[in-house]
Amino acid sequence: MSEFSVDGEPVRFVEGQTVAAALVATGRVAWRTTRTGRRPRGVFCGIGVCFDCLVAVDGVPGQRACLVPARAGMAVTTGEGDDD
Amino acid sequence: MTEPADLVVVGAGPAGMAAAVTALAGGLRVALVDSGTTVGGQFWRHPPEHARAAIPTDDLHHRLREHRALCGALSAGREAGRLDARLAHHVWSAVHEDGGFAVHAVDRRTPPRERTVVLRAPRLLVATGAYDRQLPFPGWDLPGVLTVGGLQALLKGGGVVAGSRVALGGTGPFLLPVAAALAARGAEVVAVCEAAHPGAWLRHPGALLRNPGKWAEGAGYAAALARHRVRVRPRTAIVAAEGDDRVTSVRIAALAADGSPRPGTERRAAVDAVGVGWGFVPQLDLLLPFGCRLTETADGNAVVAVDDGRRTSVPGLYAAGETCGVGGAALALAEGRLAAESVLADSGAASVLGPARRAGVRAAVARGRAFARALALAHPVPPAWSSWLTDETVVCRCEEVSAGTVRAARADDDARDHRQVKHLTRAGMGWCQGRMCGPAVHCLAAGEGAYTPAERLVATPLTLGALADLDDRPSAATDTGGTDKECS
Ligand SMILES: Cc1cc2nc3c(=O)[nH]c(=O)nc-3n(C[C@H](O)[C@H](O)[C@H](O)COP(=O)(O)OP(=O)(O)OC[C@H]3O[C@@H](n4cnc5c(N)ncnc54)[C@H](O)[C@@H]3O)c2cc1C
Ligand code: FES
Repeated sequence: MSEFSVDGEPVRFVEGQTVAAALVATGRVAWRTTRTGRRPRGVFCGIGVCFDCLVAVDGVPGQRACLVPARAGMAVTTGEGDDD
Repeated sequence: MTEPADLVVVGAGPAGMAAAVTALAGGLRVALVDSGTTVGGQFWRHPPEHARAAIPTDDLHHRLREHRALCGALSAGREAGRLDARLAHHVWSAVHEDGGFAVHAVDRRTPPRERTVVLRAPRLLVATGAYDRQLPFPGWDLPGVLTVGGLQALLKGGGVVAGSRVALGGTGPFLLPVAAALAARGAEVVAVCEAAHPGAWLRHPGALLRNPGKWAEGAGYAAALARHRVRVRPRTAIVAAEGDDRVTSVRIAALAADGSPRPGTERRAAVDAVGVGWGFVPQLDLLLPFGCRLTETADGNAVVAVDDGRRTSVPGLYAAGETCGVGGAALALAEGRLAAESVLADSGAASVLGPARRAGVRAAVARGRAFARALALAHPVPPAWSSWLTDETVVCRCEEVSAGTVRAARADDDARDHRQVKHLTRAGMGWCQGRMCGPAVHCLAAGEGAYTPAERLVATPLTLGALADLDDRPSAATDTGGTDKECS
C-alpha cells in the first residue's frame, strides 16, 4: 500500500487505483461542496463525464478524481473546486 | 511509430480495439487514442497493466479470451512500428485539415501536467462509446448515489465496492451484470428495481430467437443472482434517495403502466449506496461538429447515421460501437471490424476478412442492431417518470437548477427544448455541459422526439496553459505522433 494526502491527511491506496477509487475505498463518499446549495458531492459517474468529483491535484484545480491515478506523495485538496 | 498514420481511431473500447486490429492486419498504420490508462473501454475496464496482480478483476469480466487476443495483436502492431497507441490522451477536438483529419488531444499521463498533441491521418474512426443515461429523482444528488456504470467502473477499474448495502434501479439488462459483480464481491444487493414489465420481451420474439447467445448470457446472470439471493423486482423504481449528507435509505415504489408510482406501494430500504441507470447516451461530441447526418434509435437517442460499412455521411469519417447506437460489447466488436474493412477498401488495401467472412460479420451486425432495437423497446424510459420529481428536485447537478425552475421555463417562457431551457435557467451550462441532465431536460421541455446533445466546443476541458500552448506554439500543431510537445 502507498499513501497520498487529502487535505493533509494520509490516504492509503493500492497502486493502480484512481484518486476517487482510493477515497471511496477508505469510506469517503463526498469531498466537495457545491457553490449554490452548499451540498456535498463525491463520485457519481465514475468515468469522467459528470465532473462531480473535482479536486485539486498538487495545487492544480479542476481535476477529475475518477480519472487521475493516485500516486504516492500526491497532494490532493478538496473543497469548493467548483468555480476555479 | 515515426511515419504518419493512415487511420486515427479514437476510443479503445471493444469497437476501437477491433477496428485497430483489423486495420493493422490489413497493413495500415494506425494511431489509437484513448483517455483511459488501458485499452478495453467500459466493457473491459481494467486497472493499469502494472497493477493487475494487486487488483485482481478477471472474475468480473466476460469474453476475456477475445480481449487477450486483441491485446496481443495490438502489441504486435506496436512492435512492428505500425501502431501508435496513445493512452491517457483525451481528444478534445477533431477537425478537417488538408483533405484529412487533425485530432487534437491532451496527454494526461502525468497529471496534473498536460501536454497538447495533434495526430493526423487521412481517415478517422470515432468509437467513443456511451455513458449512463440519468433521470433525476429526489435525492439523486446525495453522495453515495452513483450511476450503475460508475459502480461498475470503481469495481472493474479499482477493485472497490462502493457500498455494503446497495440498491440498483433504472431499466435495462446492464443492471444484471452490475448486481452480479457487486454480490460476487460481498455487497448485499437489497433490490434491483427494473422499471420495465418482463412481458415486454414477448412483443419482440423474433429478435430474441435470432440471438440465442443473449439467452445464455441472461440465464448466466439469472443464475448468479439466484446464487446470491438477489431479487430483480420488475415494474418498480427507486423514486427517492434519502439522507443528510449521504444516502442512508431509498424509497421504492411499484409502477403503474405509464411508470407513475402506484399509490400505497412505497416502502423504504436502508442502503449505503445506490446505482441508477436508464440505458446509455452515445458519446457524439467529436462527431457533431463535422455535421454528420444523424438518425434516431428506438431508445430515444440521436446517433450518427452510417451505411452498412459504418461510413458516416462525411467522407473519410467512420464510426463503430455505441456511437452508432447503444448495443453492447459483442455488437461493438463486430462493428469495429466492419468499419475497418471499409477503411481498408476505401484506402485501396485488400480485405482482411474476405468476402464470405465480411458478409458474416455484416449479418451479425444486422442481427445485433435488431436485438438492440428490441431491447430498447422492451426497456423504455417510463413516460410518467417526471411524476416522481418534486419542484425542489435538482435536475442540473452542476448549476443546481431545480425541476420547478425547468417547468417554469416551459410554462411561463415557452421553452420548447433543452437549448432554450439552458439559456433561461443555466441547466446544462455547468462543468458537464448537459451530459447528465440533457436527456431529462429534453423530456421535460420537448416531451417527444430523440435527444440530440448540444454541440460542445471542446470534448474535454483544458487548462488555460494547454490552450495557450496551442496558440503560442504552432510547432505543436506539426506534431504528427513521434514526439510530444511539452507545455505548462
Ligand atoms: C460506465 C460504464 C460501464 C459499463 N460496463 C459494462 C459492463 O460491465 N458490461 C457490459 O456488458 N457493458 C458495460 N457497459 C456498456 C458498454 O457501453 C458496452 O458494453 C461497450 O463497452 C461498448 O463498446 P464501445 O467500444 O462502443 O465503447 P466503450 O467501451 O465505451 O469505449 C469507448 C472508449 O472511448 C474512449 N473515449 C471516449 N471519448 C474520448 C475522447 N474524447 N478522447 C479519448 N478517448 C475517448 C473511452 O475512454 C472509452 O475507452 C458500460 C458502459 C458504461 C458507460
Ligand atoms: S465521477 Fe463523474 S467525472 Fe468523476
